[in-house]
Amino acid sequence: MRPFDYARAATSEDAARQAAEGATFIAGGTNLLDLMKLEVMAPSALVDINRLDLNQIEEADDGGLRIGALVTNSDLANDTRVRKHWPVLSRALLAGASGQLRNKATTGGNLLQRTRCLYFYDRATACNKRDPGSGCAARDGFNRILAVLGTSEHCIATHPSDMAVAMRALGAEVETLKQDGSTRRIPLGDLYLLPGDRPDRETVLEQGELIAAVTLPAPVEGRQIYRKVRDRASYAFALVSVAGIVAVSEGRITRANLAFGGLAPKPWRNAEVEDLLTGEASSDALFGKAADLLLAEAQGFGANDFKIPLARRTLVSVLRELSQEASA
Amino acid sequence: MTEHFKMDAPATDRRLDDMAQGLVGAPLDRPEGPLKVSGTATYADEWQVDGLAHGVLVRAPGNSGRVVLANRNAVARMDGVLAVIDDDRLLRNPAQGTANEAPIQGPHHAAYMGQLIAVVVAESFEQARHAAQSLEVTLEGGTLMPVDPTTAAVEPQESKNLDQGDLDAAMETAAHSVDAIYTTPSHSSTPMEPHASIATWEGDDLTLRGSYQMLKYNRNELADALGIHPDRVRILSPYVGGGFGSKLGLAPEAVAASIAAKQVGRPVSVALQRPQVFEATMRRSETSQRVRLAADAEGRLTGLGHDALVSNLPGETFAEPILQASHFLYAGANRRMSMDLARVHRLCAGSVRAPGEAVGVTALENAMDELAHEIGIDPVELRRRNIPEKDPESGKDYSSRRFREALDSGAEAFGWADRPGVKERREGEWLIGYGMASAARVNVLMESQARVTLLPDGRARVETDMTDIGTGTYAILGQIAGEMLGLPRDAVDVVLGDTALPPASGSGGSWGASSSGTSVYVACQAIRRQLAERLGGEEADLTLKDGSATFDNQTRPLAEILDGDEIVKLAHLQPGDTSDAVRQATFGAYFAEVAVHAASGETRVRRMHGSFAAGRILNAKTARSQCLGGMTFGIGMALTEELAFDPRDGHVANHNLAEYHIAVNADVPQLTVELLEERDDWANPMQAKGIGELGICGAAAAITNAIFNATGVRVRDYPATLDKVIAGM
Repeated sequence: MRPFDYARAATSEDAARQAAEGATFIAGGTNLLDLMKLEVMAPSALVDINRLDLNQIEEADDGGLRIGALVTNSDLANDTRVRKHWPVLSRALLAGASGQLRNKATTGGNLLQRTRCLYFYDRATACNKRDPGSGCAARDGFNRILAVLGTSEHCIATHPSDMAVAMRALGAEVETLKQDGSTRRIPLGDLYLLPGDRPDRETVLEQGELIAAVTLPAPVEGRQIYRKVRDRASYAFALVSVAGIVAVSEGRITRANLAFGGLAPKPWRNAEVEDLLTGEASSDALFGKAADLLLAEAQGFGANDFKIPLARRTLVSVLRELSQEASA
Repeated sequence: MTEHFKMDAPATDRRLDDMAQGLVGAPLDRPEGPLKVSGTATYADEWQVDGLAHGVLVRAPGNSGRVVLANRNAVARMDGVLAVIDDDRLLRNPAQGTANEAPIQGPHHAAYMGQLIAVVVAESFEQARHAAQSLEVTLEGGTLMPVDPTTAAVEPQESKNLDQGDLDAAMETAAHSVDAIYTTPSHSSTPMEPHASIATWEGDDLTLRGSYQMLKYNRNELADALGIHPDRVRILSPYVGGGFGSKLGLAPEAVAASIAAKQVGRPVSVALQRPQVFEATMRRSETSQRVRLAADAEGRLTGLGHDALVSNLPGETFAEPILQASHFLYAGANRRMSMDLARVHRLCAGSVRAPGEAVGVTALENAMDELAHEIGIDPVELRRRNIPEKDPESGKDYSSRRFREALDSGAEAFGWADRPGVKERREGEWLIGYGMASAARVNVLMESQARVTLLPDGRARVETDMTDIGTGTYAILGQIAGEMLGLPRDAVDVVLGDTALPPASGSGGSWGASSSGTSVYVACQAIRRQLAERLGGEEADLTLKDGSATFDNQTRPLAEILDGDEIVKLAHLQPGDTSDAVRQATFGAYFAEVAVHAASGETRVRRMHGSFAAGRILNAKTARSQCLGGMTFGIGMALTEELAFDPRDGHVANHNLAEYHIAVNADVPQLTVELLEERDDWANPMQAKGIGELGICGAAAAITNAIFNATGVRVRDYPATLDKVIAGM
C-alpha cells in the first residue's frame, strides 16, 4: 500500500469536490482496500464518505424506492419493502459475498467494484485495465470466470456484482451529484462502458461525480427470480446469473425483464431477447430461441467456453420456472 | 536415565485397557481450545518482541533467468527500509517433510514464478510491504520453461514399479474390466495461519518463533540453511494454525527472517502473504492415473494395474506416492504399477494431507465403481469380494483390518440399501444419487521422545517438542499420562513445541498421536514401576486413580508416596520389527448422497457418512474431528479445489481464498462418523493407529461415484465442476 492522504467528507458536495481534485471515494472499502494493499490501485488521497447522510431507503412518490448510496448490502437485502416488492434484488444481494462483507459493503460501492479477473490483481502480468497498453494476459490464460459477451480484444473482464444484475432487470437508475451541486440520473445500463480499446475506463462517471442513490421504479407485475450458478454453494462469483421478472397472462408472456451476470463486463440486458419473448406463449422452443438470440455474439476464450452452453441451460431453466410459477 | 523402547514384537498386554482413570478414548475437549477461540493463544507472528522489524518477501515474476533487482538501491533508501536482502542462503523452495537438511538454496535464478527471491526489511510492516512491492525484479536470459506435466520431460521412478504375474493377459481374458484414466489437479494446503516466523539472535544463538509441524527436523534444516550448528538454534511452535503438510519442512520465511535479523541486528518477523502461501509453499502434485481392473464373472479381481504420472521441480526427489494403498487394498494376482515424475517449473510439490492415498485411493475407488456398474453388482459387494486374505504382494498378514466391518456398518448407517438406480431419482430439477468408496491409509510409527515428570504434589508434566497443529496433541498426551498415572486430565500439564524439549516424531503422516503418545506411555510405565518399587511391589499390581495409588488393599495419595520427591522419566521410542513383519494400515468406507442440478450441473452434497477403523481411538472427539475434516477436504477435492496454473508461465493464477475454492460451510452438509472398536497389537503398545488423514483417503470418490449414480455422467477429471457434468448430460 502506498502512503495516501485521508480526509472525511463533511457534505456530499465536499466529497465531490475532494474527488474532483483527485481523491478516491471510500465507503465500505471491501474491494478498494484489497486493491490498495496489492497496489493495483494506489490513490494519493481517500475521501471517506461513510458519515454522509446517504444511508436511507425512502419510498418515492411514483411508488418506487430511493436507496441511498451508503445503504449496506445487508440492510438493503433485509428491507421489508425490498423483500416484498423487489424480491429479485434481495435474493441477488444475499447470493453475493458473505455475511461479513455484506454488512460492510454499500450500494454505491457494490456498483463500482472492480472486476475479479485474476490477472487484473496480479501486477506481474499484463492487464490493459490496470496498465493501459500492457496487453491482456487473461485472453490466453486462465479465464474460467471471464466474459463471453461484450468483450474486446483488449479486455475480457466481467463485472462481478450480483446486486447490479438485479437492479438492471428492475430498470434502476443511478442518481449522482457533482461538486457544484448539480445532479443527474443515469439508467444503470448506461452507467457502465464496454471495454473497447479503453478497458481502464469503466463508467461514464466524471472525476468527482458521486453516486448519491439508486432509484427503483414502482413494482411491476410478474414473478421474480435470481438464479446464480457458481462453483461452490457460497462465497463464489457467478459463472452465470440471471435476474428474471416474467409476467404471464392467459398463457402469453406479457413482460420479460432479464439481466445477466457473469457473462459480460457489465450487467447484461438484451432488449431484443425480451421483445422476442413478449407476447408469445411459453414453450421450450421459445426459450431456446431466446437463448440463441442472447448468445448469438458470444465468444469463449478456452477455459470459459462452457459459459455459453451454461448460460443457455440456465436461461431456459429460469424461464421455465418463471412462466410456470406465473401461470400457476 | 532414558527408557528405551523398540517396537519389535506385538504388544499383547493391553495395559491401557487395565487402567482405572478412564481418560483414554474419552471425547475430551482440547485444553487449548478456549485460548484459540478467544484469540489468546499466541501464534508465531503474534509475539510481542522488543525492537521488532518486519520483512516482506518478493516474488520472481517468471520461471527462469537470472534475477536482477533493478532498483534495489532506490528501494533501500525508501522510508523505513532497513535492508534489501537477496542472500545466497534464501531457500528456493521449502524442505520436504523429514528432510533434516536444507533444500535447494539460492535466490539468484528463478525456477518457478512466485519463488521468493528477496526480502525487504523495514521498521513497519506497511513500509516493508510497500518497499517490497516497489522492488523492480527482472529476469535476465530467461525463457519460458516447461510447466505442463503432460508434455514435459519425464523420469520413470523405477524403484516404485511393480510387475507381478501378467496383467495384460488378465485384462484380455477378464469377464469384466475397466481401463480408465483419472486426473486430479494440484491442491494447496493453505492453512488458516499463514507461514510466519520471528527470528531473534542473542549473539550466535537463534530463537525462531515459527509455525512448524516437525521441530527436530526443522531445527536441523534451519541450521543447515544458515550454516550454523543445530545447537545454536531453538524453534518455538506452541500453536500451529493448521499445517496439512505445508509446515512439515522448513519454509522460505524462516530462513529469510533469520538472515534478516542477523543483518539488521534486530528481531525480524516475516509472514507469507496469502498469495505467497499459494505460490511458494508446497502443492500436492497434479496426477494422471491409469487404473486397470480385470475381474471374473463374479467380480473377483484377477488383475489390478495403476500407473501414475506426477510432477515436481527439477532437483526435487519427492514424487506423490500415489500407489501406496493400491498395493494392499484389494486382491488380484496379476498386478502392475508404475510411477513417472515429470519435471516442471511450477512451485514445489510435496506433502499435502495424506500424500498418495488422498488422490490414489480416489482414482482406484472410481475405477471400482465403474467395475461394479459394468458387472451390475452392488459396489459395496464388489469391495467385499475383493478383500484379500493376506497382502496380495508380500503375502504378509494384516496387523488389524476391520475393513469389511466398516463397509457393512457404514452401509447400514447410511441406508445404502435404498440406493437408487442410475438416473432414477429426481426431485424437481435436482437429480439424486448415492455413491460410496473405501478408505485406506498406511500406518507408520516414528521415533519419538518425551519426558514425563510426576511432581511432588501429585501433578504431572509432559514435555516434548511435539507439535499440536490443531489435531489434539495437547489433549491426547494429557489423557495418556493421566490414564497411566491415575490423574484427572487437568492435573497433567502438557508442554509442547519447543526444540529445547525432548525431540518427538512431529505431526505428519498421521503418526503423531501414536508415536509421541507411545513415548509418553513408556515414560509413564517407568514412573509406575518406580512407584511400585517405592511401595515394595510389582507395577502390574498397582492401581492408580484420582491422584492415589492402591496397592495391597491400601490407598494412599501420590503426594504422600512421593514424600517431596519427583519422578522424572525420559522415554525414547523407536520403531522396530513390527513395522515390516506385517502390513499395517487403517481402513474405512464413505457413503455420500448428492443432488445434481439438471440444468446447471451444480452438485451439492446432501449428506455423507464415514465408518473408520484405526486401532484404539485415543480421544473420540479429536479423532472424529479429524475424520470430519478429512471428509470436508474430500468434498472440496471432489467438487471445487484446484490450483489453476497459467498455461504459459505456470504461476498459480487463483492464488487467494476467493478463487481457490475450498469447501465453505454451505458446501458441507451433515457429516456423520463412526469409529469402529479395534486394537492393533503390532502398531504400538497403545494398540492405536493414525487417524489424521484417513478421512480424506478416497472421500472424493464417494461423491463423484454419487454424481454418476445421479446423472450417468462419469467425471474422471477432478474437480467435478459443473462444466464437466453438463458436458456429459
